[in-house]
Order: sequence, then C-alpha cells, then structure tokens
Amino acid sequence: MRLVTVAGPPSSGKTSIIIKTIEELRQKGFSIGVVKFDCLSAQDENLYSTHNIPVKTGLSRGLCPDHFFVSNIEEALKWAKGRSFDFLITESAGLCNRCSPHIKNVLAICVIDNLSGVNTPKKIGPMLKLADIVVITKGDIVSQAEREVFAYRVRQVNPRGMIIQINGVTGQGSFYLAKLMEKTSIIETLQGATLRFTMPGALCSYCLGERKIGDDKQIGVSKLVNFRGEEQAKGEE
Amino acid sequence: MRTDLLHMTINELRKMMPWIEDYFSAFAIDSVHYGNEKLEELGSILGEDYFIEMESSSFAFIDGFFLFIEQARALQQGNGFTVESLTVLPGRNKNDEKEAFSIELKKGEVTAIVGPTGSGKSRLLADIESLSQEDTPTGRKILVNGRAPDDEERFSTEGRFIAQLSQNMNFVMDLSVEEFLTLHAESRMVNEISHVVQKIYDTANILAGEPFSRETPVTELSGGQSRALMIADTALLSPASVVLIDEIENAGVDKIRSLELLVSNNKIVLISTHDPLLALSADQRLVIQNGGISKLLKTTQDEKKYLKSLEKIDNKLTFLRNQLRRGEEIDFSDFPV
Repeated sequence: MRLVTVAGPPSSGKTSIIIKTIEELRQKGFSIGVVKFDCLSAQDENLYSTHNIPVKTGLSRGLCPDHFFVSNIEEALKWAKGRSFDFLITESAGLCNRCSPHIKNVLAICVIDNLSGVNTPKKIGPMLKLADIVVITKGDIVSQAEREVFAYRVRQVNPRGMIIQINGVTGQGSFYLAKLMEKTSIIETLQGATLRFTMPGALCSYCLGERKIGDDKQIGVSKLVNFRGEEQAKGEE
Repeated sequence: MRTDLLHMTINELRKMMPWIEDYFSAFAIDSVHYGNEKLEELGSILGEDYFIEMESSSFAFIDGFFLFIEQARALQQGNGFTVESLTVLPGRNKNDEKEAFSIELKKGEVTAIVGPTGSGKSRLLADIESLSQEDTPTGRKILVNGRAPDDEERFSTEGRFIAQLSQNMNFVMDLSVEEFLTLHAESRMVNEISHVVQKIYDTANILAGEPFSRETPVTELSGGQSRALMIADTALLSPASVVLIDEIENAGVDKIRSLELLVSNNKIVLISTHDPLLALSADQRLVIQNGGISKLLKTTQDEKKYLKSLEKIDNKLTFLRNQLRRGEEIDFSDFPV
C-alpha cells in the first residue's frame, strides 16, 4: 500500500486536487481509496462517491482532530489493504495551524491557496513546513506577481519541499502530482512509525470537557498572554 | 563555502545578501539584534527550545539556511532556464485526427490564437503551460529549445518560466501599488528595488487609459489599470520567458504598446484573441478548429498595411468610450453619418 497524507486549511481545494489526481492515477490502472478526517461534518463523501471513489469519513467531533487522526490511521490502512487498493489517500484539515498529520517516511502533501494572503505561509506551521510537496491552488484568479510572491513565501518557510501549482477546476498540474505519488514507497504497517511533529502539550480542564470560564476553572497546563505589558512584568518580580 | 558562511556574523551575511533577512524573519529572529553573532553560534545562543517553539530545530534552521541561499541564487540567475524557442509537435483533434504540422514559437515573437469558443484555444495554452509530453488529452509534445524537457526540468521550474494573464485574474493583496511592487521586487531579489518599482509604475501608467497613483490599493484599480499593471509587472519583473494571454481586448489598456513592451523584453508571447488589431499586430496566427491546430497564417504585408487605419478606428472608439465615462457630450465630428 502506498500511503499519502494530504492536509490543508479549509476550502483550500484539497478534495478537488485529490479527485483530479485520482483520475490521473486511475488512467494508469491504479485503484485508490480515500479516508476523510474532519471535525464536525463533512459533505465531501458525496463528491467522492459521484466520482466512484471509495471513501470513509471519520469525524472527531469532541476530540482533538489530530489525536483522532493518529488513533485511526492504522485502522484506515487496514481498511485500504482489505480492499486491495494500490493507494490510500487521507485528507484532513489543519484546524489549529499547530498540528500536522505528516508521518516520517510517508509522502506528505500540504494544499494552500493563493487567495489566503501572503502572510499565511508563516502562520500555517508544521503542516506546511514539514510537507514534502506543497500544492498551491487558485492561481488562475490572481495576478502573476501574486503567484510568484506567494510561492516565494512558501519557499521561505519550507525550502526543502517541492512546489506544484494546480488548478483544481481544470485539473491542470495534477498530472505532476500523480507522477510523484507513484514514486512513493510501499508501506505494510504504521506500527512504530513516528509523526514528523509533536502534538501540542495540553492537558487542561478544557481538554476534559470543562465549559465554564473563570480563573478557578483553569486547571492543568495553561498559558497567559501578557496584555498589561510592563505593568504585569513588574508585578511578577 | 559552507564553513565560511558559518563563521560569518549575521551583519556580514546581511551585507553580502540583503534578502537573507527574509529567512531570519521566517524564524522570528531579529537579525539586527543578533547582528554581531556568528551564524554557527546562533543555534546555541537562542537555544534548542526556541527552535522547538518555532516548530523546527537548530539543525533544520542551518540546513534550511543553505537551501534557501541555493534557491535564491537560482532565482537571481533566472533559474538557468532561458527559453529561446518552443516547438509544439502535432497531437490529435477531437475527431482523433492528427494535426498536420508542428509549430515553432521564438523569442520576441507574438503569435495570436484564433478560433470559435470551445474550439480548444485554452487547451493549447494549457499544453504549453504544462510542457505536455504526449500525456494530455491532445497528445501534443512540447520541446524547449528543440529538446524534450525531462521530468526533473518540468517539475523544478515550478511554473516560473511561463506567466499567465487572463481576464479572470484580479489582485487580492491588501497593499498599495507601491507596496505591492516592492514586495514582488523583494521576492525576485533585484538589487535596485526603488528603481525597478518606479519603472513598472511609469510603464503601467502609460499603458492604462486612466492614470493611477502609487498610493492606490491594488484591489481598487479599475479593470484596465489592473491589466496595465499586470502587463508592465510581467514584462519587467517576472522571470518568465513565455507569456500566455487569454483575451485582454476589452480591458481598456493600450493593447499595441502592451505587446511591444512584452516583445522588447524578449518574451515569447501567445495571445488568444478575436480583436483584429491584436491579431494583426502578431507575427502569425494559429487557427484552432475542433480541438486541433488547423492552419498557421503569417501576417502578410498586405494585412500590415491596414494596421494603421485599424488603429485609428480603435482610437476613435476609445475616445468615445472615454467621453461617455467622463459624462461629456459625444463628439461625432470624426464619424460619417
């Protein structure tokens, strides 16, 4: 099984890119399954189904979406193996811009779009920084200069990754991605595999279901923003 | 080389490569504050925890530093991929009939692409953009400088050597014209930024029907002003040696001058158009029918003779348009009844 993790902010074009790339891979005779990880709801299942792509959806709901991803990825792989797919592609939204589902030695793709603003690459974090391939979408509706500046900004935070411009509507460029996916190596199991980046160190009352706001409700690991500047710094001394 | 740079202070590095600031800023490192420190010591001064907080490590920071320099140098040298010519080898049309001939597109030449809507003009532009190697629906093969690019070359260019310009493109950045051009110039690592910015601004104002100031936010420019700025910027600052234009006829820019500007900057220009003035200013025009290239017509001397009078008609219409825009009475004195 060849496993590929695709992550990116909401509405960046992940599903379109995956569908277009699968169409390319299918022409070469490969069979592909998709697992979509999301938080509250996902409508993409229908979209995949209309393209006759086998898909499973996992909704994390009350749980941290990235913890949820890690707990379920091995089962997802088993599902794909049971169906004898050549490829399993996982799709997940990087919701807190702090995590990433990328795993060492598993092809990691981040999808971001030109409309998200030039400062976005710096804000996205490990999902973008640690990706092997960065797919940039929506290049057909912004100026050439903006495309160049945006790609440069991506380069700044991820000098190692390869950048591919793909048009999610026409599929232009997905040919490249399919070709790179084909080269990725086959894995049997994820037991013992390592994430590329640590999850947030967090165990506070809110992780455990607390909803009330207030000083006395803040138990466990938490951090305060210094809004009072000098004043507060003095107070602490 | 690597060791030399490691022994240098941040100030020395900044002096040598001013754009390196961008890399430090990606790690939120104040390069002025640490100016006197050596690069190799930055890791231990800031501490491993600092880099972990930045979702990285000191090792990855140094490693990325050298990769960034390498790529920056490639950018400065115009990625070492200058295109002298493109050759489009025959593919197949929608009826699966083979196209009859191949086409060569040369530096400094303009080719117009004509044909009815849905005939396959955009598909041809897409084939060129992806440097198709018999792996697109048309089966066309594109040669660069007479040679098929290998996968590595197709991938590594990252779309940098082909610029696209279409009616659907808009500016989305929340910046003024001057800030926007400065940002683009910085990302291209040019040396005299203010000089380049001035030149693009002046050129864009010549091309635009209505002048605009440097302080105008790019998102507030009119259609014609946006197009003028995009064309001037692509001609003077983009590393791309091929420019694909999808219909600019109604944009309210000086079309002829726009083409001349691109050509004088040694670009290969392809323009999909039905504007007689644009099509006849091109050196040749490709006729697309039913998904395939059916004819290649060189612009004849005879056709060129009419360019001047076409331009006059076009200017008259532009004049009327501007009178309407300004809310003036229309002056028909130049027109026959």
